[in-house]
Amino acid sequence: MSGMITIALAGNPNAGKTTIFNNLTGSHQHVGNYPGVTVEKKEGKVRFRDYQITVIDLPGTYSLTAYSPEEVVARNVLLEEDIDIVVNIVDATNIERNLILTTQLMELGAPLVIALNMVDMSLEQGISIDLQLFSQLLGVQVVPVVGRKNTGTTELLEAVVRNFEERTGLPEKYLRYSEDIETQLREIANTLPEELYKNKKRSESLQRWISIKLLENDRDVVKRIEAASQSGIIMEQVKKSRSMLQQKYGQEPEMTIVEGRYAFVRGACREAVSLPAVERVTTTDKIDRFILHRVLGLPVFLVIMWLLFQMTFTLGTPPMEWIDAGITRLGEYLGRLLPDGLLKSLLIDGVIGGVGGVIVFLPNIMFLFLGISFLEATGYMARAAFVTDKMMHVVGLHGKSFIPLILGFGCSIPAIMATRTLENARDRLATILIIPLMSCGARLPVYTLLTAAFFDKKIAGNILFSVYLAGIILAMIMAKLFRTLLLPGQSEPFVMELPAYRLPTLKSVVIQMWIRAWHYLMKAGTVILAASVIIWTLFTFPLYGPHGMPHPDPNSRMEQSYAGKIGRLIEPVIKPLGFDWKTGIALLAGFSAKEVVVSTLGTLYSIEDIESLKEGEENAAASFAERVKEQSGYTPLVAYVLMLFVLLYVPCLATVVIVYRETNSWKWPLFLVLYTLVLAWVISFAVYRTGLLLQIGG
Amino acid sequence: METNTLNTISNLHPGEKGRVYRIKGTGPVQRRLVDMGIVPGAVLEMERCAPLGDPLEIKLTGYHLSLRKEEADLVEIIKY
Repeated sequence: MSGMITIALAGNPNAGKTTIFNNLTGSHQHVGNYPGVTVEKKEGKVRFRDYQITVIDLPGTYSLTAYSPEEVVARNVLLEEDIDIVVNIVDATNIERNLILTTQLMELGAPLVIALNMVDMSLEQGISIDLQLFSQLLGVQVVPVVGRKNTGTTELLEAVVRNFEERTGLPEKYLRYSEDIETQLREIANTLPEELYKNKKRSESLQRWISIKLLENDRDVVKRIEAASQSGIIMEQVKKSRSMLQQKYGQEPEMTIVEGRYAFVRGACREAVSLPAVERVTTTDKIDRFILHRVLGLPVFLVIMWLLFQMTFTLGTPPMEWIDAGITRLGEYLGRLLPDGLLKSLLIDGVIGGVGGVIVFLPNIMFLFLGISFLEATGYMARAAFVTDKMMHVVGLHGKSFIPLILGFGCSIPAIMATRTLENARDRLATILIIPLMSCGARLPVYTLLTAAFFDKKIAGNILFSVYLAGIILAMIMAKLFRTLLLPGQSEPFVMELPAYRLPTLKSVVIQMWIRAWHYLMKAGTVILAASVIIWTLFTFPLYGPHGMPHPDPNSRMEQSYAGKIGRLIEPVIKPLGFDWKTGIALLAGFSAKEVVVSTLGTLYSIEDIESLKEGEENAAASFAERVKEQSGYTPLVAYVLMLFVLLYVPCLATVVIVYRETNSWKWPLFLVLYTLVLAWVISFAVYRTGLLLQIGG
Repeated sequence: METNTLNTISNLHPGEKGRVYRIKGTGPVQRRLVDMGIVPGAVLEMERCAPLGDPLEIKLTGYHLSLRKEEADLVEIIKY
């Protein structure tokens, strides 16, 4: 016998779903989207006996209501796709709450197999489970497994195959509610037109499930029914049933139904599970006494963040330099190979420069995701949110916003990708929109150059600090503004599990890291490549000067390029900030990456230097910074305003693309570009004019 | 049970226990609380509050849960 079986893994977050998925499918995974918190699903394949088994990993959920996108996705897969067996992963150390999801899976009518995970931990904690009785009470086969040690995987697959082969004619078992509820369920079921459930798999349980959801006032199902035929009759019955139950039990029917599920689960647990008389103090309790300590909690958090930061940007730097050198060498090699001309320029400056700009961040991204995957898998991430939530809540954000914001000081791209841990779309968007105000590493060269050129060494540190601080303060103000005006509404309730600490397997951490890094490459790479070519075009064309003559030098080429023309065009706009059109060109170039502002200023000013070279030898020895100082004609005030402007104005291209990828629309990246431009202008104008008025730095 | 003898989760001090009596109001937050195991009859223990005073951490049978005071105030309990 041979064939195909499709199974879906369902379970609570932190029940060890990802580990079991990895155990089942190994490296044969189809990368959908982000693991752990994604709305999309992961798929993998495994050959077992004569079967080709497709494993779909559903998002981890506590329930199957319509309140969160994960839950809606999970149940839509279960309802609409051809799932043969649902494998429900249940955490043995936390059976009662895990089984609430199980009861809802039973209601969906899907043939169920329970993988009772972490049975080693539960034994350690003195919890004993009568597997046979447990299995009998639920009417579901229960397989004990230990995901972390990869035990029980074969037994689980065997159970899947056995259930698949024997399922025909199996009675559909479901949990019964109180007689009042059952009566109303029957009343509602009778009004449902047959086309809603007939001729579908498990039609009987589908009819019952729709009735339960209508009685629960589930907004998704209600919406669907309202679009169906006879919706008037159905909804009238639902209204009648709901108000009848409301009167009888003095609460919303959905609460009565949930209580029914809990009663069933408690009953089963009372019979089959015996908890230790005195709960033992677990390792998690001991660690949390220190990690979540009233006084030590915050310092511990800061140290862990510091370590994450150091690992990402210190360990990431050498490989970044290797990649950078490799790209340069490739450019040089191609430079020798190709004849001078447009193609060469396009390949080297446009394509290699653009793609290189993406790949160069890869080491950072990999180290960062290695760290995040590790912290997530151990259970610390939830604690970090717990410790910082108060601060974030003040500006209308969530505790989980804190880590992405910190990461923003390194690079906005991984920081924006890290916002995926935020479940609430509004919280997440607000966080994404303010991340670019955290001054990233690429902006540092700009500050360094300008402070070195225009400020005394004694105050250079303070100048730098004030720029960073300005970013943080503005980010907090903008967050509050966005959350009140643009994205109003409740923030995600902070009802969050603090999972038991676990030492993750190296394999699962590396797989998580790799999936994320790969995503970054694939998703960002293509669009960034296209955009770099556009920027290259702006700086390269027109090829010839006004009289059809080639440009005499790169400086005049830049002046007369489209970019140069745009620089002149925008001059009136930036003039009130103290900037000239050359600064405009540099700022335009900075859109590809902020550190490019420095090199463009360099090109614009050092070339002019050739002429001054003839005048005096000293100029040649002058440092780049001093040249910029002399040639630009900036005052320290203008230099400071330029720093602020670079901090605030449009984030780099890669960031804009990532925002597009993460929000799946051009609306938000465009808004980001617009608001940062306006903010940069307003703040720069205010600082410049105040400075002039008070005669500071003039 | 008289209303004035009821407390909410926020009234518990670390180490104190209570039994859930009722959840005030309805809506997504309430539903979330229920999904996470805060249902009438559930026994919970206050563990601690965060370094900055909010949110709180409570212990239920088998797991730890954190919630803000504003959410904890929705849960009426009978102190042990």
